[in-house]
Amino acid sequence: MSIAAPLPQKRELNVVYSRGDKVFRGIVTAGAMTSLILLGLIGFFLFIRGAEVFASSGFKFITGSNWNVGSEDGVIPNDFSIGPMLLGTVVVSIIALIFAVPMSIGGALFLEFYAPQRLRKILVSLLDLAAAIPSLIFGLWGVQIFTSFGERWANFLADWLGWLPIFNSISDNFGRSPFVAGLVLAALITPITTSVAREVYSRTPRELIDTCYALGSSKWGAIKTVVIPFGKSGVVGGAMLGLGRALGETVAVYLVLNLNFRYTFRILESEGGNVASLIATKFGEATPDELKALVAAGFVLFVLTLSVNMVASRIVNRSARATA
Amino acid sequence: MSIVNEATQPLAPVPTPTQPWKRPKSAQRKDLTFATVVAVAAAIFVLITGFAGVDGWLFASFFLVLGITLVRGRKLIAKERRNNVASLLIASAAIAAFIPWMSIFVSVLIKGAKGLRPNFLYSDMRTTTPDDVLSMGGAAHAILGSLIMVIIATLITLPLGILSGVYLTEVRGRFTNVVRFVIQSMSGVPSIVAGLFIYTTYVNATNSFSALAGSFALGILMLPTVARTSEEVLKLVPDDLRSASFALGARQWRTTMMIVLPTVRSGLITAAILGTARVVGETAPLLLTSLSNTSFIFNPVQGPIGSLPMYIFGLLQIGTENAINRAWAGSLILLLLVFGLFSLARYVGGKDKR
Repeated sequence: MSIAAPLPQKRELNVVYSRGDKVFRGIVTAGAMTSLILLGLIGFFLFIRGAEVFASSGFKFITGSNWNVGSEDGVIPNDFSIGPMLLGTVVVSIIALIFAVPMSIGGALFLEFYAPQRLRKILVSLLDLAAAIPSLIFGLWGVQIFTSFGERWANFLADWLGWLPIFNSISDNFGRSPFVAGLVLAALITPITTSVAREVYSRTPRELIDTCYALGSSKWGAIKTVVIPFGKSGVVGGAMLGLGRALGETVAVYLVLNLNFRYTFRILESEGGNVASLIATKFGEATPDELKALVAAGFVLFVLTLSVNMVASRIVNRSARATA
Repeated sequence: MSIVNEATQPLAPVPTPTQPWKRPKSAQRKDLTFATVVAVAAAIFVLITGFAGVDGWLFASFFLVLGITLVRGRKLIAKERRNNVASLLIASAAIAAFIPWMSIFVSVLIKGAKGLRPNFLYSDMRTTTPDDVLSMGGAAHAILGSLIMVIIATLITLPLGILSGVYLTEVRGRFTNVVRFVIQSMSGVPSIVAGLFIYTTYVNATNSFSALAGSFALGILMLPTVARTSEEVLKLVPDDLRSASFALGARQWRTTMMIVLPTVRSGLITAAILGTARVVGETAPLLLTSLSNTSFIFNPVQGPIGSLPMYIFGLLQIGTENAINRAWAGSLILLLLVFGLFSLARYVGGKDKR
């Protein structure tokens, strides 16, 4: 015997907000919109102030290689372009990533799967603290303590791998080089990438790992076949976040990098470029025209870091949603 | 079913509990000997060859251990050999990751303590040049400036951050996903760009550098942290509380203002403190908005004002011995400030959980 009962339908909800609620929702929405508006305003104002430079230089602003302030009577024209700086920013950030990513993956795996409970607690709070160190202190450490180590390693690389074009060195002056700056940046972004990686790895389902052990795998086998594939997208997202931070970093790079307007791929030599440091360096005694060019450079940097960050947060979100 | 009188049963000898997962004493002793031998061998290697310093010693130890692991592994099966090598590499990467931070903590502590004098905390640099002996002048004006700017920035940012959090968890309007995404991306705005933005707008309009301009720039950097932390905290409020409030006839605004927000008061304070800790060491935006000063300034719109990061930055540019010592001492204060704020946030935030 069966009774054909109609399936229960979801009742249609009809929400009516009172006047008080409408006001409340309006205020909260307006407050939440400030971040949206603020971001728009930042882009808008930087673009407007830099527009003159974009208009007069066009694409040469990004591809050229000179930063010459013209004379006031206009006999010598202004010639601004941030090509070498942009290249240098990317080079330094990539060096930082090359060192930071393996260190973070190793650090995160160690914290999650190898460290004894007590040591792990200490190291995790240490990691949190490290993420809070101001970049200025990284710069101070870089220039006062780390440079001598960095120079020695650069010297070693130049001696043994000098036949590779990027490790080639003519001047034998290794301080304030993109290599050293990249290593300082690596130390700076490792806390961020490590915390993200640890976070993702800790979400690995315990059953999967135990299954691996039950099938006779070693610890490394479990990590290789379960943990690393599981956390891949999260780690990539974390690395992108670190990249965004490295691209926009100012003082830490300013203190350990020698700026020079020349395209160069010799990372061990004491010349490099960085957009953020350029702004910090030239800002103090800039002419009005130069100032506009600096704002334009700021706009380029803004667009670059924002796009990297947007991609990064999208990847991190997706991996968080997939594994939640 | 039978009842057994336990007293009449002969007691079985209780085995002493063993801990099979622990390495036995003899193995531990072996490990220690092994580590010592490697350390000494690496030291000898460093002394003989051109490898120099602590870094050379670390590298040498690493390669020695790697070599020994490989040689020993020849007797083992492939699975165990790979496991051993992977463990070694992971541990080394972790050590490499932690060394820089340890080095920073230790060097700031040692060098900072060396340069720190009591006058550092109560005098300014009006009549002192950075090159003077360390018992003259101080950083009090810089600490004061930093405090003024950070407090104003918090006052501006905290309401906005909480509103964003409430929007994301309570109101959940049409733009929820957009707002969340924008806040996340905004945390990646380079600090110098925030400074540049305030420079092109506020500083240009008022035609003067000021503490207020610095606060605005810091506020931009602080907002994402505060908003995200607020959201996280508000998410923790159990839905039962909201339902109970609605069931008693409260409107949404009453529920939010009188039930939800008071529940997480300490969490919201944590959000503010974390935001503060995030920006108190920012240098680049202040470079373009508040500059620096050598004396006490109390008026936030008066003109350039000193701040702890700019104080350190300026001293580094001068670069004489005493100036560097002062910079280290300033860094020690800055670092203690940041860590103090963090511990405070953790302490306050811990209260909520119960």
